[in-house]
Amino acid sequence: MIKTTENTIRVHSIESFGTHDGPGIRLVVFLQGCKLKCLYCHNPDTIETSGGTEYEVEELVKISLKMKPYFGKKGGVTVSGGEPLLQAKELIPFFKRLKEEGIHTNVDTNGRILNSYAKILIDEYADLVMLDIKHMTEEGYVALTGVSCKETTFNFAAHREASGKNMWLRYVLIPEITGKPELLHDMGNYFKDYKTIEKIEIQPYHKLGIHKWEALGWDYQLKDARENTPEELEEAAAILKQYFREVKIN
Amino acid sequence: MKTKKFNEGIWNESINLRDFVTKNITPYHGTYNFLVGPSDKTQKLWEICKLGTKEERQRNGVRSVDTDVISGINAFKAGYIDRENEVIVGLQTDELLKRAMKPFGGFKVVEKALSEHGLKPNDSLSELFSKYVKSHNDGVFDAYTDEIKKYRSLGYLTGLPDNYARGRIIGDYRRIALYGVTRLIEAKKQDLAAITGPMTDKVIRLREEVSEQIKALKEMIGMGKAYDLDLSRPAENAQEAVQWTYMAYLAAVKEQDGAAMSLGNVSSFLDIFIERDLEAGLINEEEAQEFIDQFVMKLRMVRHLRMEAYDEIFAGDPTWVTEAIGGMLADGRTKVTKTSFRFLNTLYNLGASPEPNITILWSESLPQNFKNYCAKVAIDTSSIQFENDDLMRNTRGSDDYGIACCVSYQELGKSIQFFGARTNLAKTMLLALNGGRCEFTGTQIVEGIPEYTDEYLDFDKVMANFRIAMKEVARVYNDSMNIIHYMHDKYYYEKAQMSLIDTNPGINIAYGIAGLSIVADSLSAIKYAKVKPIRNEQGLTIDFEIEGEFPMYGNDDDKVDFLASNAVAEFNNELKQLPVYKDAEVTMSVLTITSNVSYGKKTGATPDGRAQGIPFAPGANPMHGRDCNGAIASLNSVSKINYDDSKDGISNTFSIVPKSLGSNEEEQIENLATTLDGYFSRNAQHLNVNVLNKEMLMDAMENPDNYPQLTIRVSGYAVNFVRLTKEQQLEVITRSFHESM
Repeated sequence: MIKTTENTIRVHSIESFGTHDGPGIRLVVFLQGCKLKCLYCHNPDTIETSGGTEYEVEELVKISLKMKPYFGKKGGVTVSGGEPLLQAKELIPFFKRLKEEGIHTNVDTNGRILNSYAKILIDEYADLVMLDIKHMTEEGYVALTGVSCKETTFNFAAHREASGKNMWLRYVLIPEITGKPELLHDMGNYFKDYKTIEKIEIQPYHKLGIHKWEALGWDYQLKDARENTPEELEEAAAILKQYFREVKIN
Repeated sequence: MKTKKFNEGIWNESINLRDFVTKNITPYHGTYNFLVGPSDKTQKLWEICKLGTKEERQRNGVRSVDTDVISGINAFKAGYIDRENEVIVGLQTDELLKRAMKPFGGFKVVEKALSEHGLKPNDSLSELFSKYVKSHNDGVFDAYTDEIKKYRSLGYLTGLPDNYARGRIIGDYRRIALYGVTRLIEAKKQDLAAITGPMTDKVIRLREEVSEQIKALKEMIGMGKAYDLDLSRPAENAQEAVQWTYMAYLAAVKEQDGAAMSLGNVSSFLDIFIERDLEAGLINEEEAQEFIDQFVMKLRMVRHLRMEAYDEIFAGDPTWVTEAIGGMLADGRTKVTKTSFRFLNTLYNLGASPEPNITILWSESLPQNFKNYCAKVAIDTSSIQFENDDLMRNTRGSDDYGIACCVSYQELGKSIQFFGARTNLAKTMLLALNGGRCEFTGTQIVEGIPEYTDEYLDFDKVMANFRIAMKEVARVYNDSMNIIHYMHDKYYYEKAQMSLIDTNPGINIAYGIAGLSIVADSLSAIKYAKVKPIRNEQGLTIDFEIEGEFPMYGNDDDKVDFLASNAVAEFNNELKQLPVYKDAEVTMSVLTITSNVSYGKKTGATPDGRAQGIPFAPGANPMHGRDCNGAIASLNSVSKINYDDSKDGISNTFSIVPKSLGSNEEEQIENLATTLDGYFSRNAQHLNVNVLNKEMLMDAMENPDNYPQLTIRVSGYAVNFVRLTKEQQLEVITRSFHESM
């Protein structure tokens, strides 16, 4: 576990005009630290569990309140990362305060952590959970993320479904690797009866994060992967539309 | 079917446009679906205009000039683009895009502008102006002190309207359409009769001014006759209302070449006539749009003769035909009408354009459909700007106002403003570090500032010196303004515009500052880091070493944002202590137009780490690349500058790549509209919106012919990107384009 002092949250960076991480305009707090090392990670500098800047909960609340006029009817605060649920315990008082201030809350997660703190956070304080479905096969999951047991993520989805609260799925579409039609059909079939899934977002794979990998002195292993063509994105969306209420290319 | 009678009110008894609009407006809450494309006639005309502007670009920016005639309301015979296709007629001269000489601002300026294009004025005019006729420019330099000249030449005061016309006055061009010229002459004659002794300077001057106005009105009747229009009577239908309003504006731009000559807020006034004719079945939507398209086309073709040097401060040949659209009435209804949409629709029917400078008066209470359409237009064209109607209406007192020049509130027909260009506040700050001497030349500018010899800069000492410098610069600035406006009234009085404004209107003087973000970041560096000045043998600071980090303006950090808002308040307060010509009210803006590039050149290295000569950020913007917590943090910093301290406007230019605004058009529209709601709810005043990719701008630099209409917003106005100088283009490209992580 990341060591944090009571009531502080380890933050990588803050984006005040997030338009791709949940509904409306959002303050996106990128947290430091993640147990996965996804090949396509576009924020690899958030992976290390050390580093980052410690923020007191009230400091983050204050920043959120300054942004509140821009949230409109839909926007709010998203915690992303890194993996925010590594700091689930510390996020509870933060989200609790945001709810007191009437601000919409969202957790962008890989769904690998479902301890008691994570449960309290998402059951009681997260208006929305965006769950990243990395891959539909165990083999693919391990190759992509470096960790095993994709079921963990699916169990997380089942927990959210049972709570009856809103969820979005996210799926990074990489040609050949995650973009194969059969994988999309598998995902559709697996989740088609879920009632809490409002939409699924296709995240088109891009290489904008490569320079960050290089800066860290890490080897970027997806060099040979290519970005999707517009047609591929449309085809993927068409498949998913057979199963989900709303499909969005993000 | 006969058209209905307008609802009556006090507008029937006295000249009162606000009352007419309030009593007769039809607010519109619907969508833009009713809009139609351009008519055949409009398209044919626009093709001719596009060819004309292409020739203009090929001929170094000027298609042709009349070198014989001094321009005036009635100086030229009628001119047409293609008569049979014109439903709205009238050109400044007898030919499309032919410029005219307006030498009363300064004959030497006209000569210079002509010589830059290998031309010279008719010999008889040269003789006239060298021997017998005095201009505004001559008058100003007769009265200028050595001190003012020094401040001016070294770059403390810049862009002063002492060698070009001041502009900024907005005639209430609706008046001719509603009342006809004869009625306006009667009213002015009554006013004149009531201006009686004792004959003090003030009374004599006012009598002379009103007499001049009456002459101008009479000339307008003559100008109308040249086009077979009877402007002596009110407009009787929608086409005439548009035509009459345009003729009133045309009289102004024939007589004057003011730096900015706004249109006002004519759209919802015209809508009243259009609605009446539509209801009576006299016209259809195609014709309504055709009137507006052709009116706007004419406004796009307005030109003035300028020197090349003018381009440094106002690049891209702007005219600032600013039209304010939207906003709310004091009674809670919206001023948005179908014709508000029709005006915006010209940006599709005729393509993007910097002129007219369309300004949306934004209120939280605007109809959502209109908000969304404005956001869509901003995303599609980057041609419009937004101002806070709730803020201005509530603090300035009227719901019937236009925007003078770029960003400044002006009640229509009731008040005017004196344009004051700006002072270089960053350079003023350097006086504090150099014993009151210019950082380049060592010239003593301000007395009483002790020589600074400490190894490190101390915030309190610097602030104390800075205050002395601000006080002195304000004093000299005020002196120059009083001289300029005295002389402008005397030698180049705006009789056409003033004839369409109440006699003896309220006046505000519009001072301005440049370099705000540099001042804020420099003071922040001195306060929160350690700044060591590097001095040359004359003891002048030429560079700075900064140890440690400091908060920078643009990140929503109160520590530095307060330094910015405080500098604005302090300088405004200094200006307020000083006596102003004609007892004008003091206001100030944070606005640079494109002069942030030239001011930067004239300013040495600053304690924030900016190197000598580097352009300032425009207007009240944070410095490029220093706002690193995202777009909203940047907006929030600017919103902290108090409008009460800067009532002439606080300009902010927001550039964002389309993708960062949202994944698809629907989201982008929603997010932009929400951003505007948020920004203005924090009492911010102004926002330019550019939704562009940098790559496109770079391509446009390489291949300008592919982008003849590419429009971008800069501080307070829009320009054709390809008409900027290379230096200014690069400056725009280096600005912060907000992108998400």
